[in-house]
Amino acid sequence: MKIARIVGSTISTIKNRRIMNTKLLICRETDAFGKKELGTSYVAIDLVDAGIGDLVLTCHGSAARQTPVTKETPTDAVIMAVLDHLEVDGEITFRN
Amino acid sequence: MLISKVIGTTVSTIKEPTLEGRKLLILRQTDVDGVPVGKPYVAVDTLDAGIGDLVLTAHGSSGRQTDITKNRPVDAVIMAVIDHLSVLGEVTYKKA
Repeated sequence: MKIARIVGSTISTIKNRRIMNTKLLICRETDAFGKKELGTSYVAIDLVDAGIGDLVLTCHGSAARQTPVTKETPTDAVIMAVLDHLEVDGEITFRN
Repeated sequence: MLISKVIGTTVSTIKEPTLEGRKLLILRQTDVDGVPVGKPYVAVDTLDAGIGDLVLTAHGSSGRQTDITKNRPVDAVIMAVIDHLSVLGEVTYKKA
């Protein structure tokens, strides 16, 4: 799983029929403080009604298809949790 | 899923029999503005995407979860054509 921030959304009319009616959000991986953004953007299917600016957990690869919404769909990333807070070395590094 | 731009096509006469008739496009991952980053890769097109289109691609075993790529030697598939992208409330890409 990756810690990521939601930075935007995608709109697509032509898409695989198995992912019709899904919300596709643009994510950027962050550090354990939820501050610094790392790497390039990627897109994940939203299962938890996350919003722009939220810090979330995303699940990748075939693990992303272990939910009723994404089962047998061409999906390799899902948002499966919205983070309330993060703690590293006994210190709160992020609070929603 | 990665945001990518279609930059070309591949033509191949000798290929694995289950791949016959499949359209293999050359893509490059882009940032949220549609500017290419990283190196080129090839994905099976299931949606009739064209050169210059911005698309979403699913990778790994997720690439085999469409009717066209099921049980075939495929590890990347185009599963959506992007109409527009919005980041932090601002439209960063709009399909021409």
